Amino acid sequence: MRIGYYPGCSLQGSGREYSESLFAVAEKCGIELEEITDWNCCGASAAHSLNHDLSVALPARTLALAEKQGLEQILVPCAACFGRLATAQQELVSSEPMRSKISNYLEMPVQGSARILTVFEFLQEHIFPVADQFIVNKLNHKTACYYGCLLSRPKDLTRLERPEDPMEMDAVMEKAGATPIDWAFKTECCGAGLSVSRTDIVAKLSAKIVEDAVSRGAESIVVACPMCQMNLDLRRKEINKQMDQGSDIPVLFVTQALGLSMGISAEKLGLNRHFVSTGKVVSCVGRKEV
Amino acid sequence: MENKHTQNQELSLKQQVKKTVGVDVQTCYQCGKCTAGCPLNEEMDLMPNQILRMLQAEYPGYENEILTSTSIWLCLACDTCYSRCPQEVKLPQIMDFLRQESIRRNLVNPKSKNILRFHRAFLAEVERNGKLNELGLTIDYKLHSLNLFQDLQNAPSMLFKGKLGLIPHRVQNPSEIKKLFKKING
Repeated sequence: MRIGYYPGCSLQGSGREYSESLFAVAEKCGIELEEITDWNCCGASAAHSLNHDLSVALPARTLALAEKQGLEQILVPCAACFGRLATAQQELVSSEPMRSKISNYLEMPVQGSARILTVFEFLQEHIFPVADQFIVNKLNHKTACYYGCLLSRPKDLTRLERPEDPMEMDAVMEKAGATPIDWAFKTECCGAGLSVSRTDIVAKLSAKIVEDAVSRGAESIVVACPMCQMNLDLRRKEINKQMDQGSDIPVLFVTQALGLSMGISAEKLGLNRHFVSTGKVVSCVGRKEV
Repeated sequence: MENKHTQNQELSLKQQVKKTVGVDVQTCYQCGKCTAGCPLNEEMDLMPNQILRMLQAEYPGYENEILTSTSIWLCLACDTCYSRCPQEVKLPQIMDFLRQESIRRNLVNPKSKNILRFHRAFLAEVERNGKLNELGLTIDYKLHSLNLFQDLQNAPSMLFKGKLGLIPHRVQNPSEIKKLFKKING
């Protein structure tokens, strides 16, 4: 079955290594992703904060284009884009007046019928069945799987079994040979969209996350959201000022970690694009003891 | 730019929430889980459960207090409150409505103006290109907030790491998106 792909804006900019590593892993496993032609921005927090109709219409345009392309499932790796596309879809499906209002705005029909996959669902359904034959390295180290908000909540959209203590990413990291730790900040918020307008708040919230991960012995933090990654990585200087002792714990995308275990080169996985060096995790490949 | 959500000033804010968001705030029985779990409670001037209680009261003085609060702009829509609410009160959606109403009544707290500026710069960039370009957004926000030097030290290394594109990404026909914005904004 064809798998549609919605990169979203971050994955073409500050979060491009998420897309690079996702494609590298998919390619390794022989899985093709088909980008939605002429997709647009989901509107993110700005649209839902300022204009409800716009917050449905922007994702709806992308959904309409996917339908035109005949895509029955769409992978949306960015947590924030996933939240917006899935929320818009819920509104389109549950309200006929909303659906006709939006297709009127868009001047094209939209049903909201495609299945929208989180990155975890994509990995479980398409990568896991074939992954074992490609995993050549054990990424032997302790890792903190950080889910953040929009891959955890609301649970009717994210479909996680345990939204307060999810295990989906932990399962991926175990496959990669790492040891996921039990910790308290798995689904806390990093400060998300306040990154630029209130950097002080982002530093405080993100510092709590980094501090808990480090104090429990994690050697890396693994994420599946470009905003979480940017806040924990790019904002590390500000974060370290909030902590008693600063930390240089690297923050990887889950697809980068999985790619390393598949023997894909660090460069191809975009591991050189980080602000906090990822060298420590790269050197864990094949390490004997945790 | 913003919705002309509801024009009926004669409705109380509580009734407007019911009509526009479809949530009856009366169902809240003040257990306080929303506030306990809110990652931003330390920063807020009104706690999330307080906002609900004040809405329930339908007292005009409270309406201004809610709409001039910084809390409504700090809410990150992380959905923790809604996930833990025994009554499933959709507080994040109520916050969206309150922000829009606060703009409409011209009551935005001066301390929250940069958050609003950022949202507006974001949408302006999307309206221009159909896609968000982080460089365009940053420049637009800096000009409007006058925080010209903030984050400047990060720009060279972001460029070097290939994270900041100089050539903007666009949809095939940007006028299509401009038209969509125009239709929605009326």
